[in-house]
Amino acid sequence: MANFAKPSAPRFTVDVYQNEFLPEGGRDVHAIVTVTATGGGSVTRGKPADGTAAVVIMVDCSGSMEYPAEKMRGAREATAAAVDTLRDGTAFAVIAGTHVAKEVYPGRGRLAVADPATRAQAKEALRGLSAGGGTAIGTWLRLADGLLRGSTAAIRHGILLTDGRNEHEEPAVLRATLDACAGRFTCDARGVGTDWEVKEVTGIASALLGSADIVADPAHLTEDFTRMMENVMGKEVADVSLRLWTPVGAEIQYVKQVAPSVRDLTDRRTDTGPRAGDYPTGSWGDESREYHVCVRVPGAAVGQEMLASRATMVRPAANGEPEAVLAQGLVRAVWTNDVAASTAINPQVAHYTGQAELAQAIQQGLEARKMGDVDGATAKLGRAVQLASVSGNADTARLLSKVVDVVDAVAGTVRLKAKVADADEMTLETRSTQTVRVKKS
Amino acid sequence: MSMHRLSGCPSCAEPLEEGDRFCGLCGYALTPSPAAASTDHPTVPIPPAPSAPPAPAAPAPPAAVAARAQAAPAGGYGIPSPAGSQSSPGAGEPAPGWGSVAAAAPTLVGDPADWATAPAQHQPEPEPDPRPSPAEPSYPGAPRENPYGTGTPPEGASSWGAADPAGRGAPDPADGPETRHDRPGGDAGASPDGTPWGAENPYGNAYDSAPQAGAAPGAAPGGKTCVACRAGHVDTDGYCEHCGHAQPRERDHVEEELGSVAAVSDRGLRHHRNEDSFAVSATALPDGSAATVAIVCDGVSSASRPDEASAAAAGAANEALLEALPRGAHPQEAMHEAILAAAAAVDALAPEVPGAQNAPACTLVGAVVSGGLLTIGWVGDSRAYWVPDDRAALPRRLTEDDSWAAQMVAAGLMGEAEAYADVRAHAITGWLGADAYDLEPHTAIFKPDHPGVVVVCTDGLWNYAESAREMAQVLPADAAVRPLHSAQVLVGHALDGGGHDNITVAVVPFATQPEREPGAAAGAGPAAPPEPEVEARPQV
Repeated sequence: MANFAKPSAPRFTVDVYQNEFLPEGGRDVHAIVTVTATGGGSVTRGKPADGTAAVVIMVDCSGSMEYPAEKMRGAREATAAAVDTLRDGTAFAVIAGTHVAKEVYPGRGRLAVADPATRAQAKEALRGLSAGGGTAIGTWLRLADGLLRGSTAAIRHGILLTDGRNEHEEPAVLRATLDACAGRFTCDARGVGTDWEVKEVTGIASALLGSADIVADPAHLTEDFTRMMENVMGKEVADVSLRLWTPVGAEIQYVKQVAPSVRDLTDRRTDTGPRAGDYPTGSWGDESREYHVCVRVPGAAVGQEMLASRATMVRPAANGEPEAVLAQGLVRAVWTNDVAASTAINPQVAHYTGQAELAQAIQQGLEARKMGDVDGATAKLGRAVQLASVSGNADTARLLSKVVDVVDAVAGTVRLKAKVADADEMTLETRSTQTVRVKKS
Repeated sequence: MSMHRLSGCPSCAEPLEEGDRFCGLCGYALTPSPAAASTDHPTVPIPPAPSAPPAPAAPAPPAAVAARAQAAPAGGYGIPSPAGSQSSPGAGEPAPGWGSVAAAAPTLVGDPADWATAPAQHQPEPEPDPRPSPAEPSYPGAPRENPYGTGTPPEGASSWGAADPAGRGAPDPADGPETRHDRPGGDAGASPDGTPWGAENPYGNAYDSAPQAGAAPGAAPGGKTCVACRAGHVDTDGYCEHCGHAQPRERDHVEEELGSVAAVSDRGLRHHRNEDSFAVSATALPDGSAATVAIVCDGVSSASRPDEASAAAAGAANEALLEALPRGAHPQEAMHEAILAAAAAVDALAPEVPGAQNAPACTLVGAVVSGGLLTIGWVGDSRAYWVPDDRAALPRRLTEDDSWAAQMVAAGLMGEAEAYADVRAHAITGWLGADAYDLEPHTAIFKPDHPGVVVVCTDGLWNYAESAREMAQVLPADAAVRPLHSAQVLVGHALDGGGHDNITVAVVPFATQPEREPGAAAGAGPAAPPEPEVEARPQV
């Protein structure tokens, strides 16, 4: 299908992995929906972006950024590196965030268009950044939203860096701001140092369909910001939705992104037409993501076959282009009295069920640890160690081993470490949702 | 060749009626419990064979048929071929030809040991064409002079209906000689006729579109109404956009009638797809006489792509026979080669990767009627039965399963009842497929001296009519002249029994050579050696 308007638009494919066989009376259908976008233009610096992307960088400039001073310096350098990574033609702005949000560049409610001159001006402006004031992240996001709304770019993205808690704003205000911004732009969030709240940062990324991570050492900020901006520059299609059609009488039990990280989308549904609903997935470059869909269908007799869900990737109508279905996959239900068939568990479903449980076990275990519940924390984190070991999630296993002493990974026997570095605990919590793919055998 | 598919779909065009077994307002109605269905539709009104003496006067004018319909139930089958009249002399005597054999060894079918040895006695050499050039084969079906097809008044008083002990089942008069799918037009009082699945056509809706759609049912044009919920339309991928139910696929129910042979294949009620397949065809021998071929295959469910395996095997065997028979190959040789060809076709489906698991596999049973000979070949547990037109004669099974139970019985390790009650009973020990140990095509050739019908079927049918006698009772008495209808009745019998497997049956009428009657028959009949002329080849 030729699309001359967007020669580099990626092609989407949807693959469904499931055991479609249900026993008599069975109703829950599980499937892993793998969505892969390929063939889009890869990250090519210097290639004109033609105004398809707009990025706002929000840098925490609260007083704590000077303690230690490396944080502010690291943030300045990282932002400069991110600006250098902008493709020509990309609209951008930089915001300094404290208890209020302030435009650093270009100012006056506008976005600059990246070229060598504007990049240099932006970096010059960054030198003037200094720390001082409180933290009210909602104000930063609202300003970013206002700037991005003035852009016609399809891909609208924010990069947010904070080093502290959102102390000068009611949580409800931030919540409302996130709700308002959701769907208008996507945002990656980073916490630098160890004085920030993991749930705030991951909450921002989750609501705005971006990534969350910790940069415990400010020296690593530049590297991280460059990678983040490259990732943004690789995005080709914005506002893609996973649309699930289900038959009459069926209920979606849950919809989760399970790779590259766990993200529950169940409550993000927007009804679209009869028996169909859209779940936002944000913008896509060349990448692959997996979703775990669980549908409860009305029962049917043995021998019957039903379409439990039709999963389509949909690009909404925008800029005069009509809504487009990018790819589709079918989730089926077939009732059988063959016990061997109906009791088999699909390897993908099993794997990602385990990965989701792993993320939950880590979060619950760390929560119990904070509450002083040693037994609960030991049990949960032991289970996490076991799951990480079984699924080959080496990164998470490594992070876990900094929080617990692993006695027997296979059995899940662990002891809580007496002393755990804040950075290690926060890293584990922030990255608990990172998953690994099914091993190719 | 003409494909007969169920014509228009009453379930979609008309309101649902109580007791319909397939087309419902919702998906569940498609597979009601068999018991519930059978209370409303005892679909197999078979006159009990023993209580039905053959008619004294076979060829009856239409009026007489109608009259006799009440008086002499079983006599009215009206086989128009010489077979009909031929059976008259032997009316009192139960067993001409084969019958006598069976009488002498009543457990013939049930006793595999007997089978195993019997062919060997007659083994010397495959009999070449024993009867040169039967100038004119007398297939009862071919002239198709079904007396009630045209002669019976539309009120439907036929021997068929009268033979029904329940007094129901006036057959659809508009019905041609074979297809019986239409509801009796305007006949509100009559309960649905002998259509095996009751009045409703479960598949008609899909078939409305499937033929045009060809191999891609998904390509059916939109606008079709779902057969399950009847509220939604069928999407391009074959599912209802409302209730999500899969729509019947082309292979869910297939019927074909071809001159003297007919076959029906059905998904059954418990399997989600039809993994059986069949092929029927007609050709001519070098002498110009007709030859009929029927192949039935059952895909092995535990293997991968069993549906493809059965289709490939049936097609390949059929092709091989159509190639060999016209050039004068001996039918038994031809059958042997056909099975090898089918095996090769199934092997070819297996992936190239070494050690691949579960290569596609299927069973095969085939029948060839040519030159007064009946040739059977098989691998696996699909079967062929012989049911004489003269129901007083004993029917028999012509195949010996390649199954665990059969082997146990044959080896004398278990009694039949015990072996078939075992959970392993139906495990097959022979099949076509890349992972078959040693392919041993079984073939046998028979020279029946009385007319009858060969029922070629998968276990989806014979599980519900295991013995030859049961099969003969289920098979309509007019099977020789209405093979398609008979195949439908047999499938309906299996569905009524629960339809736990795919069901496929081919009905192949066999007429004796005309010049042989009556003289030759008289000479070779009861006086002939008790064993029918059976030859089994040593396995190659």
